[in-house]
Amino acid sequence: MDPINFVILASVLFAIGAAAVLLRRNAIIAFMGVELMLNAANLALVAFSRIHGEIDGQIMAFFVLVVAAAEVVVGLAIIIAVFRARQTISLDEPAELKG
Amino acid sequence: MVNPVLFWIIAAITVIPALSLLFARKAVHVAMSIVLVMVGLATAYVTLGAPFLGMVQIVVYTGAVMMLFLFVLMLVGVDQREDLKETIVGQRWIGLFTAAGLGAFLVSIVGRVTIAVSDAPVTGEPDVVAVMLFEKYVLVIEVLGFLLITAAVGALVLTHTPRLRPRRTQLEVQRDRVRVGADPVNKPMPGVYARHNALDVPALDPEGQPIDHSVSRVLKIRNQTQDGAEFRAQLEDPSRKEGDR
Repeated sequence: MDPINFVILASVLFAIGAAAVLLRRNAIIAFMGVELMLNAANLALVAFSRIHGEIDGQIMAFFVLVVAAAEVVVGLAIIIAVFRARQTISLDEPAELKG
Repeated sequence: MVNPVLFWIIAAITVIPALSLLFARKAVHVAMSIVLVMVGLATAYVTLGAPFLGMVQIVVYTGAVMMLFLFVLMLVGVDQREDLKETIVGQRWIGLFTAAGLGAFLVSIVGRVTIAVSDAPVTGEPDVVAVMLFEKYVLVIEVLGFLLITAAVGALVLTHTPRLRPRRTQLEVQRDRVRVGADPVNKPMPGVYARHNALDVPALDPEGQPIDHSVSRVLKIRNQTQDGAEFRAQLEDPSRKEGDR
């Protein structure tokens, strides 16, 4: 089976992650949607690495993994800070910036 | 080439749990399904000739990141409800349409591509990856080190709460409590002298009446308490003999 199928799988996962970010109001679930999108991009990178027979794609995926780990740490810290300030992790609740 | 059966198994254990992101109500269920997705992706990496990346995926994602999510879920409380009121009118349908359109677009474009697959596949064994990382991309590794340190310090700063007023001692707390006329002693423990000695049963006062505030607030929110009324009715039922209690 052609490895390009893994890119299609990555596209499907990316769309599911995007839908979660757009639809869910729980900040943590939306954040997990972001994680899924990052991982879908990783899967595409690894699949292309296999298709082209070069290892650079895997190295890029590794870098994405590290950046995603750093992003998770900061994002969850922000969620906790917001939760401490307003006792909710709903994404619709903080509307102070509204004109 | 990839074994088709393996591909479909991977597709099943990634896409089906990933759908819980859209349909599961509780964030804990979503987190556990995403763990399964990450394991499926690690399998895909190993299949595609990236065993090192597959192992890193399991260690970093299922081991660290998703457990961090579970920690935060415990911190903010598992019972955070999602309100169903829409702030933007029709947000659900707009979002669903946009995401489905994006997916259909990507799949149709990628499905049309024909690409010659390399005949000499490389395998990302740790030694191959290490040489790449620390020779060709060594500068990127350094920058990533900076990024990780900055992220760790940033997380510490964001979650740090400065002490705004001096620490209150136990003596001061107790004095204030007496001053405002609150109950000077601890709340009664649940289940004390009740028929069942359990956390979900209210304590009975000396007159045999249930004390409602002796049961934990959390249990009440979850509707996991026994109702005090049932015991009150038993106590007040004149047809019951003393020995029945």
